[in-house]
Amino acid sequence: MSETQTETQAETQTETQTATTAEREAALGGIGCDKRRKEDARFIRGQGNFVDDIKMPKMVFGDFVRSPHAHARIKSIDKEKALAVPGVIAVLTADDLRPLNLHWMPTLAGDRQAVLADEKVHFQNQEVAFVIAEDRYAASDGIQLVEVDYEELPVLIDPKKALDDDAPILREDVKDKDEVGQGPRRHPNHIFNWQSGDKDATDKAFDGAAVTVKEEMFYQRVHPSPLETCGCVASMDAVSGRLTLYGTFQAPHVVRTVVSLISGLAESNIRVVSPDVGGGFGNKVGPYPGYVCSVVGSIVLGRPVKWIESRIDNISTTAFARDYHMSCELAADKDGRITGLRANVLADHGAFNSHAQPMKWPAGFFNIVTGSYDIPTAHVTVDGVYTNKAPGGVAYRCSFRVTEAAYLIERMLDVLAQKLGIDKAEIRLRNFIKAEQFPYQSCLGWEYDSGDYTTALKQAMKAVGYEELRKEQAEKRARGELMGIGIATFTEIVGAGPSRNCDILGIKMFESCEIRVHPTGSAIARIGTKSTGQGHETTYAQIIASEIGIPSDLITVEEGDTDVGPYGLGTYGSRSTPVGAAAAARAGRKIRDKARKIAAHMLEVSESDLEWDVDRFTVKGVPDLSAAMKDIAMAAYSNLPEGLEHGLEVVDYYDPPNMTYPFGAYICVVDIDRHTGEISVRKFYALDDCGTRINPMIIEGQVHGGLTEAFAIAMGQEIVFDEIGNVLGASLLDYFLPTAVETPHWETDHTVTPSPHHPIGAKGVGESPNVGGVPAFSNAVVDAFAHLDVTHMPMPHTAWRVWQTCHDLGIDK
Amino acid sequence: MIPANFEYHRPGSVDEAVSLLTEHGEDGRVLAGGHSLIPMMKLRLAEPAHLIDLNGVEGLRSIAEVEGAIHIGAMTTQAEIIASDDLAARCPILREAAELIADPQVRACGTIGGNVANGDPGNDMPAVMMALDASFVLRGPGGERSLAAREFYEGPFETARDDDEILTALRIPARGAGQGQAYCKLKRKVGDYAIAAAAVVLTMDGGTCSQAAVALTNLGITPLYAEAASAALTGTAVDAAAIEAAVEAAVAITDPAADLHGPVVYRRRMAGVMTRRAIETARARATGG
Repeated sequence: MSETQTETQAETQTETQTATTAEREAALGGIGCDKRRKEDARFIRGQGNFVDDIKMPKMVFGDFVRSPHAHARIKSIDKEKALAVPGVIAVLTADDLRPLNLHWMPTLAGDRQAVLADEKVHFQNQEVAFVIAEDRYAASDGIQLVEVDYEELPVLIDPKKALDDDAPILREDVKDKDEVGQGPRRHPNHIFNWQSGDKDATDKAFDGAAVTVKEEMFYQRVHPSPLETCGCVASMDAVSGRLTLYGTFQAPHVVRTVVSLISGLAESNIRVVSPDVGGGFGNKVGPYPGYVCSVVGSIVLGRPVKWIESRIDNISTTAFARDYHMSCELAADKDGRITGLRANVLADHGAFNSHAQPMKWPAGFFNIVTGSYDIPTAHVTVDGVYTNKAPGGVAYRCSFRVTEAAYLIERMLDVLAQKLGIDKAEIRLRNFIKAEQFPYQSCLGWEYDSGDYTTALKQAMKAVGYEELRKEQAEKRARGELMGIGIATFTEIVGAGPSRNCDILGIKMFESCEIRVHPTGSAIARIGTKSTGQGHETTYAQIIASEIGIPSDLITVEEGDTDVGPYGLGTYGSRSTPVGAAAAARAGRKIRDKARKIAAHMLEVSESDLEWDVDRFTVKGVPDLSAAMKDIAMAAYSNLPEGLEHGLEVVDYYDPPNMTYPFGAYICVVDIDRHTGEISVRKFYALDDCGTRINPMIIEGQVHGGLTEAFAIAMGQEIVFDEIGNVLGASLLDYFLPTAVETPHWETDHTVTPSPHHPIGAKGVGESPNVGGVPAFSNAVVDAFAHLDVTHMPMPHTAWRVWQTCHDLGIDK
Repeated sequence: MIPANFEYHRPGSVDEAVSLLTEHGEDGRVLAGGHSLIPMMKLRLAEPAHLIDLNGVEGLRSIAEVEGAIHIGAMTTQAEIIASDDLAARCPILREAAELIADPQVRACGTIGGNVANGDPGNDMPAVMMALDASFVLRGPGGERSLAAREFYEGPFETARDDDEILTALRIPARGAGQGQAYCKLKRKVGDYAIAAAAVVLTMDGGTCSQAAVALTNLGITPLYAEAASAALTGTAVDAAAIEAAVEAAVAITDPAADLHGPVVYRRRMAGVMTRRAIETARARATGG
């Protein structure tokens, strides 16, 4: 039957009220529907409204004077020449902010960060002065003319030297403190020591092990590099005393609370708005000096102040990710069954501890490091240190250090397989947590909700023709050619998080949804998360449509305005679906509960006589007797049973009982040019299991995006510093953002293992491909050299590094 | 990321442009496609007080055949070079190299004249022009002169062009029978400068190479004409030994800087790999392979 015929038929049946259940379900556009994204209509027309699109009367512009040095004492700052530039209105320094106590701000990790450098600069490009001018041109001229006299200090770049006795002390402001917000520390450059697991039991497992392997791995410093850089417009209304702050915020409600805490303004006098945001990837979670300076500027001048980062500012100063120096050991029996894991990490957090994790988790959820494997005992330590680099340590398209953990365990499985001569798929099959073991309690304290890893890997192996690929590889090796097959069978931990262990500034990491159903049968929903490109306007509407029987096209979704929506913790760590979507589904169910009362009144039956049927309540056993949601909506405002309030409106705050644990099985095949070191990704197959699938097309898009970022990280992204702390390659000329030309073709697949504790069984997917993709690439590259006894190669796998391996092996000629 | 103040000029003729350039001397810069100059200005690494935009100058965007030679107006864009089937038939290395420059957006604005005149050793067309033995036509207050591409480059961003001269055209000699051309460029991604690149133009005459030219991109402070490498191929059958000798001679003149794409040793090795591949490809094309 042609599409047109189907449509015509559907219309006719709707008119005569005889549409089948399936047709009514299809008309809803609910869960499982491959709906096009509602938001794309404006984005593809260039009609989005981003921060830099905001123009306000009398608006002025701010820009930063930044430090050329990585570590230096500021002897003096002379503003005079800058103030003489036509159009320059003000130049703010730490001394100007000091009387307001705003020269420093608290970080989300219990430390503090300089808003404008106070006596010292701690990293190159640190904010030193804020020039406010009538236009961007004058501000740009002004920053050239602020004269800063520096006295250079010894620079600390290598985190392995941070705790040496003779290391330069970076943070003089906290040098005498026993702790800086995350537990005891043992050196002025030490931030925290965090441990997880049972050390003694782990030592025992190693003592008695048939085989052990050890590898050192560095997960390089990378930057999330969203398409839109960070920025804001702060507007203080001097008459009403109300501050409006527009900005690129992944968590606008938290920003409102932070602004209130540090400015002293009542939270009711602050409105924070995240308009359209062009990607976040963790870069837009925390507060930045630009926001504080803009707010101060607006309060002082009584005019709106706009601040927009340049690309170089963004890459070199706002939050980076990873920078984990990891050491890992596995103990195993002779068949490759892992009996113990030990991991030690040195974490380079830069000049201020301003990573963004739930506050009790200084190393995020790094102790998910046992991965998809049934490992009986493990012990993990992470030490954070200060260096003269930009601060950060955020979750770049991942959930709080899960990428680091997944990379480590997925690489280690390969190291162990090579040591024992076991196939890399086989070693995984031998160690997987079995489907019947869920819910599974990991030795490091997590309760995995659901999974079926064996089925996923077997499906992946079949799809790519794994045995054939291994045969081809053997033939190629015999001819001296390099071909690698990489497997990653990762488990994520997303959806922060349960109130018992997840908070930011004491605020529990719940999520919220408010739904209002209008009299004529459409609705608006507001959620505390904030889409930065994930398609929330579409997927939330689909979930609510399935719950309340109103077509998703008739449900408007709003996020990002703190005056409008209920309080939520924002979007990062793949939490929108596990937490936000759960709130949306539960709010929908509350709507339905009230609708049932109204329907009972309309049909003159008792509530218990009713059953829900897609978009209506029908009387049990009398299917023709029904009240459609559209009519119930009108009744809510016009024909209520006694004792019920008017309206059809609810709010739900959802505290997740557990995290969700999406997983996947990825297989990557690469060919390597041994003369140049160039890697060609021949095949990349990604099977993701994110539980219930809300919109398969959006999932596919998320997987494509995540894999592309994984490819970028594995193959080229790295923030590099020279020995005096100059940040190298902080522009897109050098920092690797692959184009469509370099990006491999992605093959996607799925299994569905719903989460048992989530209202609709969904787990979240946006970050899985980044978490699983990076080790899949790395494993493929190393696998190409496995027959030459190579067990690890450092990321990123640039052509020269791969060539270096070829050269060291004497196979580059 | 905002340039310093400058005065903008938009002359309508070469004479007018030359007189503006003469008037402003060192303070003046001509603007062609702008894809090198404008980023430098936004970073304030270049702060010309007078910007003389050649996009309004008539007669500088053209591709023509003059007595067998190819004349290309300096303001002809890379996109126009790529689009010309006639040019691709007469001198295929131009399309091959142009397609490896930057990305489609940049190629739509970037000009062949700007590419060769800027003196950036990372630009691709200088080595191609050296391999083709092209010449550059310059107009100054004293009139017109022509300089060989192989004599044009003096240092990083330093060329034989006088401050008051404008490069108006490129002249490429006719391609004889049996000539094969190839440009091989190693780069990480679209838009990148070469880690190493080699242009080779050679003519095979009955199994013997009668003429050969090898030139290199981004492997020294200027684009490099590899004279000894060229000589090592001439008069040979371009067999394994000759190629080895040419590669060695080409690598010998390289002096690249280490950068984020690799240390010096890697970039020099890649100079050899690219030279070898370009020679093999050019030879195959010369013999119809």
